[in-house]
Amino acid sequence: MKYYDYPKLFVLALPVAIFFVTFFIVPMIQLTIIGGSDEIGESSYLSIINKPRHFESLIATLMLSIAVTITALIISTATGLFLVRNIFPGREVLLSILTFPLAFPGVVIGFLIIMLAGRQGLIGWITKALYGDKIVFAYSMLGLFFGYLYFSIPRVILTIMATAEKLDKSLEEAAKSLGASPYRIIMDIIIPALKPGLIASGAICFATSMGAFGTAFTLATNIDVLPMTIYTEFTLNANIAGAASLSIVLGLVTWVALFIARSLSGQTVAVSG
Amino acid sequence: MDKKTIFLVQLFFALLVCSFLVIPVFLSVLAGVTQNFFVGIKSGFTIRWIVEVLNLYTDTIYLSLLIAITCLLLTLIIGIPAAYVLARVGGRISRIIEEIIVLPVAVPGLAIALALIIIYGGFRDFRTSWYFILVGHVLYTLPFMVRSVLAVLSSFNFKELEEGAASLGASFWTRFFTIVLPNAKSGILAGSLMVFTLSIGEFNLTWMLHTPMTKTLPVGLADSYASMRLEVASAYTLIFFIMIIPLLLGMQLLSKDKN
Repeated sequence: MKYYDYPKLFVLALPVAIFFVTFFIVPMIQLTIIGGSDEIGESSYLSIINKPRHFESLIATLMLSIAVTITALIISTATGLFLVRNIFPGREVLLSILTFPLAFPGVVIGFLIIMLAGRQGLIGWITKALYGDKIVFAYSMLGLFFGYLYFSIPRVILTIMATAEKLDKSLEEAAKSLGASPYRIIMDIIIPALKPGLIASGAICFATSMGAFGTAFTLATNIDVLPMTIYTEFTLNANIAGAASLSIVLGLVTWVALFIARSLSGQTVAVSG
Repeated sequence: MDKKTIFLVQLFFALLVCSFLVIPVFLSVLAGVTQNFFVGIKSGFTIRWIVEVLNLYTDTIYLSLLIAITCLLLTLIIGIPAAYVLARVGGRISRIIEEIIVLPVAVPGLAIALALIIIYGGFRDFRTSWYFILVGHVLYTLPFMVRSVLAVLSSFNFKELEEGAASLGASFWTRFFTIVLPNAKSGILAGSLMVFTLSIGEFNLTWMLHTPMTKTLPVGLADSYASMRLEVASAYTLIFFIMIIPLLLGMQLLSKDKN
């Protein structure tokens, strides 16, 4: 490292620094300040606990995200392990399909759920043909659940597969030769070995679900998940302080979750959806 | 259960997951080219919905491409030097700065958009132009470029190469352009694909930052989902898929090359 290079390095770093301070740091600080000020003078950060609507929305979003995370982890671990351990014709195609939706925006995923479970959706059509009764759940919490699952599965599968490829097969074989049951092998060897991957991808999945706006925007016009609450507070109620404080809380939650994920897996993952 | 049954059960499960992901895409493509989706495919195929979408929403496609290309250029110009400086300086400071640069990915787009509107919403000319959306896109995609280039730079000892060149009299800028950039090529390529794809599909920030005059493709999509008949919405989604799938394929190929 040459000492006299520093002025030039500074020049190289300047554009990004200016851009970032102007359009991210200053606005985010302002958002935090506004979030803490209210016309009444009471800090609106407290509104998350005080206002039943905000509190319920926070709890509903947390519950939904946790449910999605657990389901996505189970489905993706089963599928990911299977794909890592078996080589068969068509495996590559399956793998491409499973990771394809990675960059689909949330709005599009919302629409795909409408195709599946909306008023003119496949499930409605099948149930009508079978029972004469149309089942439509795209616009409910269940619809959101499937939407979030849709964009979570590809992300989780990728991380799980990356971890599973490093598994030491000899441990399993040793356990098997000592007479361990498949259940014990899964619980005592495979799950502990996958743990970093599970925690990392679980955190990613949780953060993505907490902040998902596009899917909720397409599906859940009358369900209060946190991003929708922020959106309606801002646009319909013009409650800028409330929207700001809720955004900061949401941002903190997702940042902490992703920070954990990154320090465990060392990769950048987008919160879209 | 013998090995074969276990294999088949697992395969069945994987296929089930795949169909959950694929069937809706297939249905939406089908609806986009069907006369009347409610009646079914027996009503016949047509390109009329696609034509209708092109009549109504071509502007959104152009604007999305314009923003994605400009966004890519900006992230290249400010992102690559940033990654290089981070790699050169190294250590704790560099890691903290990296963590800050990655923040816009960890914080939901809604919050960033809100912050931008609160501060810059008053500048009318800026607020109503597509540059306002561009700022959001650059913030959101920059981390991917920086991280992608940084990953390549940390994987080989570029400082040694640079020292060699410097001892032969190469200036800082010669070294930057003839050693650092060519060697970081794979990271720059992967980052570029990522930035472009993310920018084309970005909705969370864009929905808040757009105005009726500056609608991007995903904003138009949300618009059509809310107000158009299913066939038009599907045809529009089909056009979006046609645009984005080559990019996704490119990314899959790149990551395969790496392995």
